Order: sequence, then structure tokens, then C-alpha cells
Amino acid sequence: MAARLAEEWFAICGGCEVTILDIGEPLLDLLEKVQIVHMPVLMDHKLYGQTGEKAEMEIPEAEVGLVSGGIRSDEHKHLAQEMRKKCQTLIALGSCACYGGIPALANLCSTEELLTKVYRESVTTDKNGFPHEEVPTLTDRVYALSEVVKVDLMLPGCPTTPEMVAGALTALLEGRPFPLSTKSVCDECPTIREKKAVSALRRRLEPPEFTPGAPLNQMRCFIEQGFLCNGPATRSGCGGSDGTPRCIRAYMPCEGCFGPLSEKANPMVDMMGALSSVGLDPKQISDRAASFNRFSGAGRLRPVPKR
Amino acid sequence: MGKTIVIQPVTRIEGHAKITIQLDDAGNVNRARVNVIELRGFERFCIGRPVEDMPRITPRICGVCPWSHHLAAAKACDAVFGVEPPPAGAKLRELCNSIAYMEEHILHFYFLAGADFLLGPDADYSVRNVIGVLQAAPEVARRVVRVRHMCAKMLEVLAGKPIHPQAAVPGGFSKPLAKDERDHLRKMADEALELAKFSIAFAKENVFPKYLDVVKSLGVITSGFIGTVKANGALNLYDGKLRLMASDGSFEDFPYDRYTEFIGEHIEPWSYLKFPYAKKRGAFALEDNAPGLYRANTLARLNVCDFIDTPLAQAELEEFRRNFGRPAQLTLLYHWARLIELLYNAENAIRLLDDPDITSLETRVKVTPRAARGVGCTEAPRGTLIHDYETDAEGMITNMNLIVGTTHNNAPINLSVTQAAKSLIHDGKYDQGILNTVEMTIRAYDPCFSCATHRLDGKLSVKLDILDAKGSLLDSLAN
Repeated sequence: MAARLAEEWFAICGGCEVTILDIGEPLLDLLEKVQIVHMPVLMDHKLYGQTGEKAEMEIPEAEVGLVSGGIRSDEHKHLAQEMRKKCQTLIALGSCACYGGIPALANLCSTEELLTKVYRESVTTDKNGFPHEEVPTLTDRVYALSEVVKVDLMLPGCPTTPEMVAGALTALLEGRPFPLSTKSVCDECPTIREKKAVSALRRRLEPPEFTPGAPLNQMRCFIEQGFLCNGPATRSGCGGSDGTPRCIRAYMPCEGCFGPLSEKANPMVDMMGALSSVGLDPKQISDRAASFNRFSGAGRLRPVPKR
Repeated sequence: MGKTIVIQPVTRIEGHAKITIQLDDAGNVNRARVNVIELRGFERFCIGRPVEDMPRITPRICGVCPWSHHLAAAKACDAVFGVEPPPAGAKLRELCNSIAYMEEHILHFYFLAGADFLLGPDADYSVRNVIGVLQAAPEVARRVVRVRHMCAKMLEVLAGKPIHPQAAVPGGFSKPLAKDERDHLRKMADEALELAKFSIAFAKENVFPKYLDVVKSLGVITSGFIGTVKANGALNLYDGKLRLMASDGSFEDFPYDRYTEFIGEHIEPWSYLKFPYAKKRGAFALEDNAPGLYRANTLARLNVCDFIDTPLAQAELEEFRRNFGRPAQLTLLYHWARLIELLYNAENAIRLLDDPDITSLETRVKVTPRAARGVGCTEAPRGTLIHDYETDAEGMITNMNLIVGTTHNNAPINLSVTQAAKSLIHDGKYDQGILNTVEMTIRAYDPCFSCATHRLDGKLSVKLDILDAKGSLLDSLAN
């Protein structure tokens, strides 16, 4: 019998759902092995019943549950608990569900500051009111899924990769474990490292040195060229079957979208160490907290005290 | 007051919304609303970040149209730094935009909206989806899955990463295109063009004639339109001037950095999403054919442009206008217009790949921080997208305003849903097919409520006092 699959999405962009489609033709074979019972982006199962007849939100029982996005409202929290209750295995899909992702940069300021900006300070907005009817209540900050319910498997990345989604689902259906990489992005990066910076830290306002068309293993490491790259403190795996990290292929430094090397890692400490070890001064980076915790703000970023 | 029907979530769209339909005692529709219930807060949390990070951060507003935010952000950065990208930089950006459009339009027509037409609005919900389409038309579905995936692969060649790309940078594009890569992409673009030609022919033969009555009656409203055109009036999706058209077809053109003179945003208490309106034409009103009411996205762009500068799409536009006039108002024509745009983007991608500039090694200029304001605008698949940044002397963001495609369509979507609900629900009688037909009016607009609610527009779980600089209470908000 096909395994039942349920998917919910919370504070999201939809990129992880598009990544599922980016599995391409192998997805068609995978779809024969699962039966989707709830997935708002692709199918019409309704939370209050098909004609809105139920009093409570309900998700059908499923062997596999996927959740993308961090928790940003009371409704997200409630649905996360409902997903946990109904799904045998619960997967956090993408860095927002795993670590808060980009929306968790909002944890750097208070809810009040956010609201004031949007309703009172936006240049085109009429200051004529404030939404409060028929809409859910915000949580005090962005939470990762694992801060709210027990998570069985994390598939990080912003977005995650088609290979990883297909690999994890296949492993799950066959009853195999799906271990994540324990290496860093640097371990899979082909650029040349000589453990010594050739430039002081500089912002990405100019191109790095590279020979167009030449293989990446002839290019010097971004950090050693003085550009901030989150590779040393970021889990590898973004390169998929190719292996080469995705941003590096575009001659851009790693953003850190696969999140920290482990659950307990402190990317701030890891990055300060990595920069210092090649002779750079991390204090020159003015936006350190948001730069080093760019995708891991749930539980790692908090409002900056006002002076 | 009679019962309230809640359809939640609205499905086969991007992001979170619900429909609340309130019936009167006789069971007829008193009021219908589309409540947008998602929230994040980009305009606040981008403040204090380096402006060159905006093309990396803001694509996360939307994973379906990340390229639109990526390019609008890069263009806003160009304006902040006061630079023009070299020709290859601008053309690589536009090429990526056209490929991303193809991917998105294919996704919407076949994967999201298609099931309503191929399986019928009344089909059971368990099969009325892309899986059902796969079973009903396996050959077409396989081809569509392959070509959409191929578009993602093309973006990977150009930019390393198809979703949440990094390659558009202030001053240009980070990765020059190698000649062998170009040749490889050129073959793929040919295959995409074939699918685009097939899609519009298929829809004109098998879909639109069958649903002509539905097209003529469902979600019909009358409005103005907004879109981007080149100086000569041709459709453009990457750059140009904005054109705001009234429902009678008259229009006004303006450079996009003057958008604040033309567009206002109204707040309703029952949606996190604001309601833009053409403010020179009077105050906001949530009424059909209100003077300030306008729509964005595919139908709007085809209405405002004078012509399309690629031959196959232009021929389709002429046929479209012969059938439906200019401006065309029927809401379900958004689907038809979407397929014409698919064709334009396939032709445009080929034109750009054949341009000798595209493989130039000069793709990027160096930029220097300064205190400035910069506005970047592109046509996202869902409509006109505006990024407006202000920076300090160090190039750190001090202020930000975003107006995204779907937001322009907030009032029109609500009016179309109201029209559909009122015409379909009588005497308290409705079923899942009728409710899905109401949802079809939303799908025509291909909304992206993730994009639209990049803001953090939340119901307060605390009381918020707004004080002026002297500490006097200006206003107090509480739930």
C-alpha cells in the first residue's frame, strides 16, 4: 500500500515546495509510492472539511509528514501540533523549519517595532487602521519546528535540494536511516586555500579574482580574498550530486543557507575563529550577528537592546 | 445573520489565505472576503543590513518568483550606488528573468490551475490536482514536468542556483556565460519554445472553447490595469516605464521611481494584506469599477502594452485583442494571457541567447557606498514589483518599502470572489464543487500570498502604545 503523505507550510516562501517539483521526472516514480492526503499547494484537502462543515482544523493521518517554514502565529503552532499527532514520521523541510531561516532575522527586533514600521512608517500606506478581524495572532518571535514539537528528521537548505528530498523520502519508504552530512561547505569547496588571507576584509562591492571559464579549483578561497563566506560554519550538502557548493558555482561566497554544522554549534564562534585563523579581523564586520546567524535565528538571535 | 462558510486553506495557490462567506437568513451571500493570514516582516528586519545583501535576502520573500525579487533588489542597488550594469550584466539578468517566467507560468497553468479545467471544477478533490492530471493526460504531463525541470536546470547553469539565486549583484551579474554553456542553453530554449507553442495551441483547442461560458461569467469585474512597457510601448518584463491604465483604456506613463505619486495603500481590518489603489483618481473604495481600482499580472500587462516585440507572441496578442478588445476585462482570461506571455518569454530567451553580448566577460562594475535612495522595479509573474531602499553613507539600509505583484490584485481578488459567491450560492445551497469554483476566481490571478505578506502585519498579542518623540500617547492598539 502507498504511504500516506501530509504537508503543511508556515512562515514560508514556497521555495522548498518548488524544490520537490525540481526532483523532475524521478518525482513521477516517487509519486506512485505515496498517496498525498494533505498538501495545500498541490491539492484541495481543506482543514475545516471540504465544505467548511467542521468546527476544528483537522489533518488526516499519514505515515510521513513534511513541514516547511518557521512558526510565526498561534495557528502555525496549533497546526504543527496537529501534524505531530497525525504523522508517524515528521520531517522539517528546509532551513526555516529547521532553524527559523531568513524570516527569523525578525527576531533581532520586537514585534512592536515591526508593526510600527509597517502600519505607521511605510511611505505609500494610508494610516487608516490595523488588521484584527478573522486573522491569527502572532507569536512573540519566530520558532523553529523543533522548538514546538519533536522532529524526526531535518532537511536543511534555503531551499533544500531535490536530491535530498528524494533521497530522504526513498530512504524512509525503504525503512533506511537518512544521515545528514557532518562536513562543512569548505570540505566540499574546490577553491584553493593556503591558510593565509591575501587581502583585508572587504564587502562584496567588487568581484572576486577568478578566470572566467577556468575550473573553480584554480580560484582562491573567498575568505582568503577578504570576502565574508559562511562556508566554515555551514553544513555541506547543497551541491547535490555535483558536490560543488551552489553559490560558489556562481562565483559567490556561501551564504550559510544549510545552517550550522550541528544542533549545538555556535556559528558566531565558528566564523570568528575561521576568519581569525587566516589573519582577518572579524570585528571589521559591522553586521556580525545577522551575517553569521543568517539562517539560524530561531533561538540564536534576539532583539538588540536600545542604547 | 445566517451562517458563515470558511474555506481554509485556499489551495493550489502560493501562500496562506482563507475565504469567509457570510450568508443572510435566506441563505444568500451577504458578504465574501479573502482573508490573507500570513506574515513575516522583511521591511523591518532588512533595516541595518548592508544594501548589497538585499539581492540575497529578499528572494526569500517568494520561492516561486525568487528571480523577480532578486532582480528588483539588484536594480534598486544599482540605483542606490548610481551605476548601470554593463550590457552583458543586464542581458544575463533579463535572460534569467525570462527563463524563470517560463518555469513559473508552466507551473501555474499545468500544476496549480490546470486541474480545474482538465478534470473539471466539480471533480472530487482527491483527484482534482496535478496527480489527477498525470493520470488523465500522462503524455502531456510528462513533457510538462520535463520542460519545467529543464528551465530550472538552465537557471542552474546561468546562476548556480535556480531558487534563491545569488548571481545578480549590485552593478551587474557575478558569473559570465561561457560560449559552450550558451550553446547548451540554446538547445534547451528551443525545446521550451516548442512547449510554449504546444501549450497555447492545446489550450485554444481543448480548454478555452469548452469553458467559454465560465470565462464570460465567473469572477467578472471591471477595473484599470498596471504594467511595464518600453519607451516604444512594447511589453517588457525586466525594465521600462510604468503604465497605469483606466478601465476606459486611457493611460498615464511614469518612471517607476515616481510610484509614490500614483499608488496609495489602504488597510482593511480583516486582512494582513494592504489594498493598493490609483490614488490620483480618488479615495479607496472596495467596489467594482471604482475609479482607483486596478489590476496587475498577465492580463494587465497585455492590456497596457501597445504591442509585443516577438513575432509569435504578437500574433497571439492580435488574435486575443480581436476576440476580447483592449482592455480585456474577463478575469479568467488571465490564463490565456499567461500562455501568450509563456510564448513571449521563450522567444525572448532565444533572442537574448543569440545576442553576441551575452557571452561578454564584462558583466559587472565595482560599486561604492553612499547615502542614497534607490528604486528597483520589475514585472514579477504576479505583477509589478517595486523595491525602494534608502541607505546611509556606509551603504546600510535605513528604510525600505516594497509593493509586490499580488498586493495590487488584493481588491480585485476580493471583488471577483464576491461576484462568484453571489452568483453561485443561493438559498443556502452549495457543495464542494461550487466552493471550488469560487476558488477558481482566485487561482486565475495566480496570487502569491507569501510575496504579498513579506510584511509583518500581525494581530497584536500585546497592547501597543504609539508615542511621539516627546513621549505623548498618539495611539494605542490592542487585540
